[in-house]
Amino acid sequence: MTKTDGDMTKVKDEEPGTTGPAAKEAVLPSLGFAGMLRWAWRQLTSMRTALFLLLFLAVAAVPGSLFPQRPVNPSVVTQYLKDNPVTGPWLDKLQMFDVYSSVWFSAIYILLFISLIGCVVPRAIAHAKAMRSQPPRTPTRLSRLPEYGTLVVPADRGVSAGDAMRDAARILKRRGYRVELRDADGDRPSVGAERGFVKELGNLVFHTSLIGVLVSVAIGGLFGYSGQRTLVEGETFVNTLVDYDSFSPGTNFNPDQLQPYSVRLDKFTVTFDRESPGHYGQPLDFNAALTTKASPTSAEQKQVLKVNDPVSLGGTNIYLVGNGYAPVVTVRDGQGKIAMQGPVVSVPTDGAYTSLLTIKVPDARPSQLGFVGFFLPTAIMDSKGVAFGSDPDPLNPQLNLNSFYGDLGLDKGQAKNVFTLDTKGLTQLNGRDLPAKGIVLSPGKSYTLPQGKGSISFDGIKRYVALDVHYNPGQAGALVFALIAVAGLVASLFIARRRAWVRAGVHPDGRTMVEYGLLARGEDHRLAAEGAAIRALLEKEWLSGKDTETTMNPAAHRDGQQVPAGSDEGSVKDQ
Amino acid sequence: MGINETLGQYSELFMLLAGVAYTVAFISFTIDLARSSKTTKAVEARSAAAARVPVLAGAGASAGMGGSSGPEGLAERPAAAKSSGGGGLTADDSMRYGGERRVVARVAVALTVLAAVIHGVGVVTRGIAAARVPWGNMYEFCTTGGLIVTVVFLLVLTRRDLRFLGTFVVGLSLIMLIAAETAFQTPVGHLVPALQSYWLVIHVSVAVFSAGLFTLTFAMSVLQLLQSRRTTALAAGKPDRMPFMRQVPSALSLENLAYRINTIGFVTWTFTLMFGALWAEKAWGRFWGWDTKEVWTFVIWVVYAGYLHARATRGWTGTRAAWLSIVGYLCVVFNFTIVNVFFSGLHSYAGLPS
Ligand code: HEM
Repeated sequence: MTKTDGDMTKVKDEEPGTTGPAAKEAVLPSLGFAGMLRWAWRQLTSMRTALFLLLFLAVAAVPGSLFPQRPVNPSVVTQYLKDNPVTGPWLDKLQMFDVYSSVWFSAIYILLFISLIGCVVPRAIAHAKAMRSQPPRTPTRLSRLPEYGTLVVPADRGVSAGDAMRDAARILKRRGYRVELRDADGDRPSVGAERGFVKELGNLVFHTSLIGVLVSVAIGGLFGYSGQRTLVEGETFVNTLVDYDSFSPGTNFNPDQLQPYSVRLDKFTVTFDRESPGHYGQPLDFNAALTTKASPTSAEQKQVLKVNDPVSLGGTNIYLVGNGYAPVVTVRDGQGKIAMQGPVVSVPTDGAYTSLLTIKVPDARPSQLGFVGFFLPTAIMDSKGVAFGSDPDPLNPQLNLNSFYGDLGLDKGQAKNVFTLDTKGLTQLNGRDLPAKGIVLSPGKSYTLPQGKGSISFDGIKRYVALDVHYNPGQAGALVFALIAVAGLVASLFIARRRAWVRAGVHPDGRTMVEYGLLARGEDHRLAAEGAAIRALLEKEWLSGKDTETTMNPAAHRDGQQVPAGSDEGSVKDQ
Repeated sequence: MGINETLGQYSELFMLLAGVAYTVAFISFTIDLARSSKTTKAVEARSAAAARVPVLAGAGASAGMGGSSGPEGLAERPAAAKSSGGGGLTADDSMRYGGERRVVARVAVALTVLAAVIHGVGVVTRGIAAARVPWGNMYEFCTTGGLIVTVVFLLVLTRRDLRFLGTFVVGLSLIMLIAAETAFQTPVGHLVPALQSYWLVIHVSVAVFSAGLFTLTFAMSVLQLLQSRRTTALAAGKPDRMPFMRQVPSALSLENLAYRINTIGFVTWTFTLMFGALWAEKAWGRFWGWDTKEVWTFVIWVVYAGYLHARATRGWTGTRAAWLSIVGYLCVVFNFTIVNVFFSGLHSYAGLPS
């Protein structure tokens, strides 16, 4: 009947009404269908299964850190599949790129939570009963308890056995025990006491709250959404589906949920470290000045968005997750008409903001135009005449581009990545290996394409920010349940559940003999200290100012051992 | 607020001095362990007579208790023999300080305190030099983490005689310092915007504190495994191959104390995980996204939850639980080193040149 028993429902409690181990095992041989079910259920809700499922869960979570995950990095997964044509598809079949929504990961945690419910419910019922029942009956031989001691109250103190037990009950009650006085007027009165019901309660609350956290996360997945949008200085974003660059709705998302607020990026300022040599050019501060409107009709509001400091609007939170340069270009086509004009978002690749960019000009006539290349905020030539970026601030901005003409392939209705140019069906005009060489532009300059295909000019630089918009209705619930869980956990781990009994009897020579014993339920390294504290209180009550006759051996108690029965004890024991 | 380069250089000097002090402390602890095998022979002879009385008392007690009606507490699990059962242990199983004077061990502790003070000055000056908390990159995680490990150890030492762990703990702090100075050298600098948050202060300090606790329990669990092997071998009449383990308490008391420290570590790690989630919500808009670092934080949490369950599961206490505690710590180390250095993810702020 230690709590190391295999099954939770019987682990902690040997209260009357809970089935003992013997009864449980008796069911096993008579299997039958119902018996099988019961057996399976008992297996699933056993402590050992919970332990295994927990360990499986830990192991199963690991692949998600070894392989790229689709929900986080879809493009990396695609690349991985390209790079590993043999193993990739197999891994994909095993759902290694969707670990946390995979069948096997879900199976483990769903089983774990079923097992958890199967544990918590019977335990909660048993505990509810235990909380209402009286402390267990006083054992016949208190000396068998791990903490045990005796006191002798001299006859001249006039403390009868019944009085002593009334005192003991009062003292224990004040110490937080629930007490029952037994046989107060008999010749062997005793007190049964128990405390620390909050320990088990905490355990139940902890486990139950984990279900709450899981449900909250699920609610977030069902009704939440998130979207991404890059916003160049001067641009306005309206919270509608069409205005997002990408959008991931929850399973039960409804577009009517979106409140049509708007956000304009007025100015984006970056401060770089110019002070410490070891970190020169490292970003120190990103600051996005926004003008927001909670609805099309409401007043404008100035707000500042920073990293680690989201802006809340229309029930959503807006986060600053990236930034970069958007060179402003004008492209004229072969007919001399402006076919494209405006900022082009470039993707920074390093700390010096060496940024890749792609310009697609589908409106150019007679042939469509495309450009790929990079933007350098501060360009420097190396000895071979190759430009590289040396600083993240725009001290010497430069565009380096190759150009193409032909069919961009945009009309085929296929979704195309805006950041890559599919050169199939295109003819290259400019490039390092071509006679016309690559296009190199500084602000204010323009370049005429070979073969009369048009021209491109570099008009200026703007910055852009990458915004994430999140709505998660499960978030608050998850936090609340997590906090409750922690409270339960602390209670469960650090509160001790103890039982104490005190019994008295009167020696033929008139002395009142008192013995007490304590028992821990669960791990309790302070049981000896509790025994000593109770002893001290009893002594203070009856023996203060007197020499105490004692059988308690402090050394033995320190080792958690008990003292064999002393001479005084014989008279009160085993009536 | 500016960077103070000069102070930063002083900080590095203090770190080096601390490293020297740790080295001497480490050697002292090792000598103490080695010498103990000699001294304990003498102690044993002396205590043999004295031991007879408590042994008798213990025997009487357990006879009286009987097997099945015994108390429920794990602490009282009778399976593992008490220290007096021929293990030749000198350390008190309650791990309180005994009367035995261990001069070398005292010197070692004094040296550790000295090292910790110098180390602390190094960490604090680093923080002042950078005008922020000194845990913003791998160098600082290592130097501050090593300090916390030592301080946690010294704090526990005030209550319990864990000097037998000294070689282990001081050795680990030393390794962390050396790693910081060789692999992760980073000059004093400002924080990148992603780290500019009060959550850095809260989340990382709790994480490092938990790691300090787990370091202690890891060492204890390793010793517990060694000790239980040794006890089994001795009981089978084999010669004592690990005489230095005499200084170490019994496997059971190691397990019990490790459990108590692990419960605290588990709670603080739960906070680490929650604070991390709160920070992630502030920084990236979602409180959980299975980023590499989040995955490993979760794995560690689940492993220690498994450990707590193991301690309540029949057949899983003792050696198996110790293995879980060890695995948990290996995950902590993995999370701190390999994940920080080699895995890309949102948490790639190790401050290493890429
Ligand atoms: C989501 C999965 C679970 C997690 C994360 C978890 C975590 C924990 C933790 C941290 C503890 C130690 C704190 C305490 O005593 O309250 C604990 C204790 C306990 N858990 Fe779980 N648990 C999970 C599932 C289960 C399941 C399925 C069972 C039932 C088979 C179970 C049964 C227990 C029992 C009996 C204890 C008390 C152990 C003791 O007295 O020391 N748990 N659990």
